[in-house]
Amino acid sequence: MNTSTTQFINIGERTNVAGSARFKKLIVNGDFDKALAVARQQVESGAQIIDINMDDGLIDGEAAMTRFLQLLASEPDISRVPIMIDSSKWSVIEAGLKCVQGKSVVNSISLKEGEEPFLEQARKLRDYGAATVIMAFDEQGQAETADHKFEICERAYNLLVDKVGFPPEDIIFDPNIFAVATGIEEHNDYAVAFFNACKRIKANLPHARISGGLSNVSFAFRGNNPVREAMHSVFLYHAIPAGLDMAIVNAGQLTIYDDIPKELRERVEDVILNRRADATDRLLDVAEKYRGDGKVKAQVSDTKWRDAPVSKRLEHALVRGITEFIVKDTEEARQGSERPLHVIEGPLMDGMNVVGDLFGSGKMFLPQVVKSARVMKAAVAHLMPYMEAEKEELGTAGQSNGKILMATVKGDVHDIGKNIVGVVLQCNGYDIVDLGVMVPAEKILAEAKAHNVDMIGLSGLITPSLDEMVFVGQEMQRLGFDIPLLIGGATTSKTHTAVKIEPAYQADATVYVTDASRAVGVVGALLGDDKDSYTGKIKDEYVKARKAHFAGQSKKSRVSLEAARDNAWTTDWASYTPPRPSFLGTKNFVNYDLAALRDFIDWTPFFATWELKGRYPAILESEAYGEAARDLFYDANAMLDKIISENWVEARAVIGFWPCEQNGDDIRVFTDESRSEELTMFHGLRQQIDKSGKGRPNYCLSDYVSPNGDYIGGFCVTAGLGEAGRAQGFKEAGDDYNAILFQALTDRLAEAFAEHMHKRVRMEFWGYAPDETAVGDDLIAEKYAGIRPAPGYPAQPDHTEKAALFRILDATEAAGVTLTQSFAMHPASSVSGLYFSHPDSVYFGVGKIEKDQVKDYTARKDMDLADVERWLAPILNY
Amino acid sequence: MTKVWTQIETAIGERIIMLDGAMGTMLQQLSLGEADFRGARFVDWPSPLKGNNDLLCLTKPEAVAAVHNGFLEVGADLIETNSFNATSISQADYDMQDLAPEIARTSAQIARDCADEWSAKTPEKPRAVLASIGPMNKTLSISPKVEDPGFRDVSFDDVRQSYEGQIHAMIDLVDALLIETVFDTLNCKAAIMAARNVFQEVGYERPILISGTITDRSGRTLSGQTAEAFWLSIAHARPFAVGLNCALGAEEMRPHIAALSKAAPAHIIAFPNAGLPNAFGEYDETPADMSGHLSDWIDNRFVNILGGCCGSTPAHIKAIAAYAQKGTPRALPEIKPTLRLAGLEPFDIAV
Repeated sequence: MNTSTTQFINIGERTNVAGSARFKKLIVNGDFDKALAVARQQVESGAQIIDINMDDGLIDGEAAMTRFLQLLASEPDISRVPIMIDSSKWSVIEAGLKCVQGKSVVNSISLKEGEEPFLEQARKLRDYGAATVIMAFDEQGQAETADHKFEICERAYNLLVDKVGFPPEDIIFDPNIFAVATGIEEHNDYAVAFFNACKRIKANLPHARISGGLSNVSFAFRGNNPVREAMHSVFLYHAIPAGLDMAIVNAGQLTIYDDIPKELRERVEDVILNRRADATDRLLDVAEKYRGDGKVKAQVSDTKWRDAPVSKRLEHALVRGITEFIVKDTEEARQGSERPLHVIEGPLMDGMNVVGDLFGSGKMFLPQVVKSARVMKAAVAHLMPYMEAEKEELGTAGQSNGKILMATVKGDVHDIGKNIVGVVLQCNGYDIVDLGVMVPAEKILAEAKAHNVDMIGLSGLITPSLDEMVFVGQEMQRLGFDIPLLIGGATTSKTHTAVKIEPAYQADATVYVTDASRAVGVVGALLGDDKDSYTGKIKDEYVKARKAHFAGQSKKSRVSLEAARDNAWTTDWASYTPPRPSFLGTKNFVNYDLAALRDFIDWTPFFATWELKGRYPAILESEAYGEAARDLFYDANAMLDKIISENWVEARAVIGFWPCEQNGDDIRVFTDESRSEELTMFHGLRQQIDKSGKGRPNYCLSDYVSPNGDYIGGFCVTAGLGEAGRAQGFKEAGDDYNAILFQALTDRLAEAFAEHMHKRVRMEFWGYAPDETAVGDDLIAEKYAGIRPAPGYPAQPDHTEKAALFRILDATEAAGVTLTQSFAMHPASSVSGLYFSHPDSVYFGVGKIEKDQVKDYTARKDMDLADVERWLAPILNY
Repeated sequence: MTKVWTQIETAIGERIIMLDGAMGTMLQQLSLGEADFRGARFVDWPSPLKGNNDLLCLTKPEAVAAVHNGFLEVGADLIETNSFNATSISQADYDMQDLAPEIARTSAQIARDCADEWSAKTPEKPRAVLASIGPMNKTLSISPKVEDPGFRDVSFDDVRQSYEGQIHAMIDLVDALLIETVFDTLNCKAAIMAARNVFQEVGYERPILISGTITDRSGRTLSGQTAEAFWLSIAHARPFAVGLNCALGAEEMRPHIAALSKAAPAHIIAFPNAGLPNAFGEYDETPADMSGHLSDWIDNRFVNILGGCCGSTPAHIKAIAAYAQKGTPRALPEIKPTLRLAGLEPFDIAV
C-alpha cells in the first residue's frame, strides 16, 4: 500500500518536455525506453505523482502522450503512482485520459476561455473520473492579486460543484506561483499574494486542494541553483501552512529549510514575504556568494578591474557603463585579434550578453543598459574604420541577428519609447533602421522593402496613432508583406492590437510589446526556430483578448445623453460672480526663463520613462532602484544645468482669456465683453456612466462655466524649440543615452512650464487666487482652485478640439507649435489646454459614450459621423 | 428508477440481497453441442459457434430461461442477463459483431420475463434484472504483443462504442447495469462512459453496479490494481454497489472484500466462485463449503449483495440465502471526502 498521510505531495517534473530539455530530446527522438527510465527515476527518488507533459511545437502531443502512457501501463514500478496529465491542449488531455486506468489528475483547465468550454471540459473530466487542477486564470487573464486569485477559484468552485456536480474533493487549485525578485516592483508581492489566496481557498472552499509550479518563484535566479533551491525551500516553508498541498518539484533537489545558511535564508525570506523594499537588492548582494561551491567570491575593488585581462575589462566597462577606457581597451583587444570583427563577436558581444542576461533577469535596469549601449557604440565606432578597410579587402559584412525597422507613425511625434526599444535591440545584436517620427505608411513600407528588414516596429503615443497603425497593418496585408509587425507605445494595448490591428494584418505575426524589456524576447522568438509555436500562442492569446473585449463590452451600463444631462454638475449660478481676468485676448512669452521652470519639474514620470517605478524623491533612496535612479538623477541635473545655462532649447508660451457662456454641453466663446460676436465654440463630451444612486454628477467641461456669462482661458506652452536638432546630434554621435535623456528632460520642462504658467495665471493673469501658497508636491497633487484640461485627454478626449484652441491663440505663430494631421503637437515637448476658474471644478474622465451623444456631438460640430467616430473610437461604447 | 428497483433499494436497508449464481457453468452442464448453439437460424454460419453462450438467447432461449428460473426459485432477488459477451467486440470472435445488439436485447427480454413471472408469484419478494456487461476479450491497458508493451489492438473509443451498443439494446428492459468481472479498469471506465452516454441519449438512468476481479493470490486485477485502487478509479460512476467476483473462491477473496468494505461508501456486492478450479477446470466447493465461508462475511457485515460466480448452482445459492436471511446487512461506512488518487495503488492525502 502506498497510502500517503504525508502533508505535502511532491509531483515529479522531469517527465515534462517544457521542464526538462533531456526528456524533450528523448521524446522528439522517439527514444521512449530512456524516457521511461526518467519516469522511473522520478518515482524512485520520491515523486508521489508524476507530471507528464508533451506540449512542444516539435512533438505531436496526442500521439506522444498516448504512446508514453501506454508504455507506462506495463511498468508496474512506475505506474503504481498516480499520473498528472499535463497539457495546455484539451485534445492532449483527453488522449491521456483514454490511456490511464487509475484515477489521475488533469493539469489543467481554467475559465480563461469563459464558462462554456470550462463546464464542458469539467463534465467530461467528471465522466472520465479524474481530479483536476484549475488555474486561477479567467477571461481577464492570470490572477496576480490574492483577491483576484480567490475570486476566480471561488467562481470555478461554485460552477463545478453546483453546475457540474463535480466532487469538491477532486478540485485542485493552482493560484499561480509567479517569479519574485525580478526587479519589477509589482512582482514583489507575488508570493505573499499566493499565500493569502491559499488561506482563503482553504477557509472558504471545502475539500479543495492547492497545487503550484514551484520553480517559477525563483525564475529570476536561473543559473544559481543554490539560491533557487533556498527560495523553493523557504517558499514551501510558508506555503504549506497556508494550504499548499502539492507542488511540481524536482523531487531529488530540495534543500532542507534549516540547512540553508542563516544569512541567505533571512534574505530569501525577506524577498518571499516582501518584508522590506530593498529585499531584492539585498538578496542580489549575497546571491553570488552561494553560487556553485558556496565559497565567498572576492570583491573586485574599483580600480582593480584595470588589472584584469582585456576581455574582462571590456565586460566590466559594458556592465558598469564606463566609457573612460573603452577606446584604449578596444584598441588593445583589436591588436590582439586576427580581425576587428572578432572583437565585436568575442569580448564585446560576450559583455553585452552579460548585460542582456542581467537585464533579462531583473538585475540591471534600463538606464544602466542604455549606458552599456553607449559604451558598446563607442567601441564599435572605434572599430568601424578597421572593419571598413577590411571589408574593402574581403567584401564581408558585419554580424547581425536581424534587421528591424522602427518608426513613429504619421501624425505622431513621440519617440522616446521607440528610441529606448531601439537601443535595447541594438544591444542584442539587431540592426535598427530608425525612420524617426511622423512617418507615413507608404514610407515605412517602401523603406522596409528597400532595407529588406525582418520586422517592422510601430510606435505611437496619442490615440489617433492607433488608427494609423491599423492602416499600416492593412497596407502591409494588401502589399503582400510577410514579416512580423510589432506594436508599442503609451496608448497601444494588447486589446487594441488584438481587436483592431491583428485582424487587419494576418500575413504574419502582429505582436503587442508592453515595454522595452520585453522587446528582446519578442524579437528573439519571432526570428527564432520556434517562431511558429510562439506566433500560434500569440494568436490564441489575441483570440481570447478579442473574446474578452467583446464579452466585456456589453456589460458596461450607460445612461442616455438626456439622462446624463439631467444629472449634470451645477451650482447656484445666480449667486456666483465669475472672476474677471486681468486682460482679455492673448499674451505671448518668448525666450522664457528656463531656470524658473526647474522647480516645477515633476520627476516621478521622468523615472517612469526609464521604467524605474516609484515616487520621487523616495525612489532615490529605494533599495531596488536607488542606485540606478541616483545616477540617472545626477546625469539629468547635470544636463539640465547645461540646457538652462547654454539655452539648448527655447521655451515659449501663449495664453489668452475670453468672455464665454455655457451653451448646453458646449462653451460659446465671444470676441469681446460685448458678448455679441461668437469667436469660437468649444465642444464638450459628457460622462454617460450610470451614476444613479451614487449622488455624483455626469460631468462635462461646460458645467464649470456659468450660463449667465463667464470667462475661459487657453494656453499653449513649449520647451521643445531647438530640441530636434540637438537630439539628432546626440544620435548621430552614437550617444542614445544622452539623446533619450535630453528628450525626456524637455518633455518634463514642457510639463513644468504648463504648471508654472498655470500658477501665474491663477495668481496674476486671471488673478483669482493672488495669495495662493501651493508649492511643489501640492502643485503636483493639484491642490489649487481651477483646472487646465487638455483636448485629447480624459476630460475631453477629442483631439480635434485643439484646432479651435490653436486658432484663437494663434499658437503656431505665437509659440512656434504646429499641429500634425492627427492633431499631435510638434515639437512634442509642448502642452496646450483650457483654463477654468470655478473653485469647484475638478478633473474627470468622460469614459465610454453612447451613440446618442456621438450623433448629437456630430451635429454640434458639423462633422461627418464617420469622422467623429474615428476620432472618438477609443471611447465609443458600441 | 423502475418500481422493482425502488423495492430492492428499500429491502437492501433491511437484509442481504441475493444475487443469482453462474450462468456460464450452468449452461456448460447441459453439454450442448455445435448444433445446439447453431439452432435452425445459424446452420450455415461460416464460423464455429460452440461456446458462444450468449448466442443461446437466440438459439436455445428455453435453456437460458431455465437457468434463470432455477435461481429465482431458490430465492435470488437479482438475476443477470445472459449477455456477458454480447458486445460487438467480443462477438467478433464468432463473426457475429452485427448480431451483438440483438443477442443483448433478447437476453434482457428473457430475464425480464422470468423475473416478472416470479415477482407476480411472490409479490412480497420482487425480482430485478441486472444487465450483465462483461469485460470483453480485448483490453485497453495490456498489450497483446509481448514484444511491444505499448501496442494496443483496440482503443478507448472502440470499447466505449461497443459498450454503448450493448447497453442501448438492453436499457429499457433491465432494472440496473452490472459491469462485472472487470480485469482491466480502463475497459470498465469506457463502460461507465458508455452508460453515461446512453443515459444521456435515452433521457433516463439506471443504477450502476460494478464488480472487479482479483485474478490470483497476488491480490491484483489483471491490469495490476489493488482492490482499493480499483475502487478509487471507478468511484466517479457513483455506483449503487461495488464489489468483486470470479477467479477466486470466497476464502481467497475475503481480504479484498474486507478492504473494499472499509473503503467504499457504496453497497458491497460479492459473488465468488465455488472455490478455485481443479485440474479439470471444475469447481469443487459444495454448497455447504461455500456458504460456510460466506457466513463469516455475513457475520462480519462485509456485504450487502451476495451471489455466486463460476461453479455456483441453485443449490449453492439456496444454502447461502439460508444463512444470509438471518444476517444483518452491512451499514455504509462514512468516508470523509478528500482527494484520493490511484495508480496501481491507492494514494490519498490526509483529510
